[in-house]
Amino acid sequence: MTGAIRKLGAQSSSLIEALGRIANFGGAILSSLPKPPTRFGFFIRALYDAGVLSVALILLSGFTVGMVLGLQLYTTLTRFGAEGGLGAVVGLSLIRELGPVLTGLLVTGRAGSAITAEIGSMKATEQLDGLRMMAIDPVHFVAMPRALALTMAMPLLNALFITLSIAGAYLVGVTIQGLDGGVYISGLENAVRFGDDVGQSLVKSLVFGLLLGLIATYKGHACAPDAEGVARATTSTVVTASVCILVSDYMITAFWGV
Amino acid sequence: MTFGDRPIFDGLECQLNKGGVHLLLGGSGAGKSTMLRMIGGLQRPDSGEVLVAGERIATKTEKELWQVRMGIGMLFQNGALLDSMTVLENVGLPLREHTKSSEKEIRSRVAEVLAAVGLHDVESLLPRQLSGGMLRRVAFARAIVREPEILLCDEPFSGLDPLNVSRIEALLMQLNHDLGLTVVVTSHHMASSLRMADQMILLRDKRCVAGTPEEFAGSDDARITEFLGEDGQAYLARLHEIQERSPR
Repeated sequence: MTGAIRKLGAQSSSLIEALGRIANFGGAILSSLPKPPTRFGFFIRALYDAGVLSVALILLSGFTVGMVLGLQLYTTLTRFGAEGGLGAVVGLSLIRELGPVLTGLLVTGRAGSAITAEIGSMKATEQLDGLRMMAIDPVHFVAMPRALALTMAMPLLNALFITLSIAGAYLVGVTIQGLDGGVYISGLENAVRFGDDVGQSLVKSLVFGLLLGLIATYKGHACAPDAEGVARATTSTVVTASVCILVSDYMITAFWGV
Repeated sequence: MTFGDRPIFDGLECQLNKGGVHLLLGGSGAGKSTMLRMIGGLQRPDSGEVLVAGERIATKTEKELWQVRMGIGMLFQNGALLDSMTVLENVGLPLREHTKSSEKEIRSRVAEVLAAVGLHDVESLLPRQLSGGMLRRVAFARAIVREPEILLCDEPFSGLDPLNVSRIEALLMQLNHDLGLTVVVTSHHMASSLRMADQMILLRDKRCVAGTPEEFAGSDDARITEFLGEDGQAYLARLHEIQERSPR
């Protein structure tokens, strides 16, 4: 019994310690933001890697999710004679929940893990120490542009995901199942409120991007400098960021008020 | 200084002279690279002091260390070049970050140091497109591009052909002579290292033994004789004789 309590205590204190280190790292990224030079070139390169190279995955996933959603919801709504509400249900569920969450999880798997692996391998090959010896701050040079790029890319990818999902649901609901196109679009227009729904979606995707940027860069910087350490850090980024995205999604939804 | 439970140094006391060429000797795992990293402030001792140019660096924050590091160039064992950047960007990075040099001046200085290490027309290549020897020379060029006061070299001759070993050796000697550069070298390339060194530091049993090459040649200290062997001591003595006849 005493052993179990001791173990729980040790785990709790190591969790708090880890949170403290992440917060400290986040503070270092934040304080390095206004410092010259701007690292604009690195930011653009990171934005390309995290954003542009994720577009194909987001488009394909978005369209497929939209088609599945359209099919499931049309069938279910038809049972209650409410198929006219397809546009509204699809729009609200995608914009408020599915869009930001699924985009967050997809970007975590594609870009977040890649950033951790890149920074981790830079650490393993002493590139970060090389920067320190040249009196260059690795947080400013390596972490800040990548974390910022993930934060910026997430809302844009979220918008793409939602747009393609709505188009996918339209294809199934209207073109294949025969629902009137005007009913679908007007249902969508009437149900979705810009401030509440689109605003919530935007805030969520920004928070998810911020969390992913922080976790992915921190895990890379903090990993053990060998192949196993990099592999562990990459896995840890995917797991930690996914859990953080899901938990923060609930918290934002609860605080925002449904 | 410990790694996990394994002590690397215990009661280590060592002084390096300004403007000297120092050769760090020791078996694998004796702490040669660790000592270089301690001088650069990358590794902190568990207790004690590390003084670089009068600055106590063991207690400095990372930001305070930047000022000290401005005067230090370091060649890492595997080069540590940034693999997403070209040779030009890598070698020019310290100039871009810490000077107001124009792009033209940076290109010209980079070409100059690359030529000094025997490399031409490699500016646009990425590190992965270079051979091991070229990579080390590019890393060496980056370490000296800002003409630091202290140069820390971890195995500078490893992976180089004899011609380039001589080239780097001559360049190190020239920088030491012309700029008063303090050089600290770890190397298994005994011939070159012994030719250059003013002071030898042998890391043994978690401590160090220091002396001039001639002191090492005539020493009967068991730690030195065991490490160098009879052949090594005879080589040092002969080298000393030759240098006496034709001082460098």
